[in-house]
Amino acid sequence: MTVESAQITALGDPTRRTIFELIADRPRSVAEITRQVQVSQSAVSQHLKVLRDSRLVRAEPKGASNVYHIDPHGLGQMRAWLDQFWSKTLAAYKVAVEQPPRKSK
Amino acid sequence: MNTHVSPAPVRQSVVVEAPIERAFKVFTEQFGSFKPSEHNLLAVPIAETVFEPRVGGHVYDRGVDGSECRWARVLAYEPPNRVLLSWDISPRWQIETDPEKTSEWEVRFIAETPHRTRVELEHRKLDRHGDGWQGVRDGVAGDQGWPLYLQRYANLFGRAA
Repeated sequence: MTVESAQITALGDPTRRTIFELIADRPRSVAEITRQVQVSQSAVSQHLKVLRDSRLVRAEPKGASNVYHIDPHGLGQMRAWLDQFWSKTLAAYKVAVEQPPRKSK
Repeated sequence: MNTHVSPAPVRQSVVVEAPIERAFKVFTEQFGSFKPSEHNLLAVPIAETVFEPRVGGHVYDRGVDGSECRWARVLAYEPPNRVLLSWDISPRWQIETDPEKTSEWEVRFIAETPHRTRVELEHRKLDRHGDGWQGVRDGVAGDQGWPLYLQRYANLFGRAA
């Protein structure tokens, strides 16, 4: 639910929505996106960060830059859930493994 | 138009102050002790989570009433370096019985020093879960070339895309 509201917030900005629509049309680099919108490349990068943080798009390294793809919606939700699940699991694991060894389980 | 949207794997890592053998042992033998408890498909609270330490084994939750939920299959078991498991839970939160529709998670243990271990987790092949987002993919690949969910978001804002 948190992810979904973050996604809605992310798409509330018209420029960000345009960027997202461009990526939904086909995967693009930051430079390609910048040529299509009326804002600077650093502004585009900021918008991409928000879209990425809310799991609407993902970045894939290609050469010196990233190519942005959409994250399918249903999958984005599951992926976000798994991300949190594994993050919590590994944090709790670190605590467990760093405890002094116990004589019995 | 033939747009294939393949999802990025979930990747996480943690560095723990423990030798590799202990890092592996705790991860597998005590998995149930640190796995978040809200993760449970059983109708009752979990009494224990068991990680069977062999290829062909399972990870399963056992409920306080004796019911069991086998939600992962052990595909590789290579102490102290690596385990590979399936993830047999569908996007609809049910046990997936078709192995072709399950994703997989790999945990690698890398000794950074004799007393420090890096643990890398990768949960991949998420698109194999299939049906949960088939509609989305069809929407992306269809003639209209427009993701259904984007339309839905656009509707939320009351602006036709």
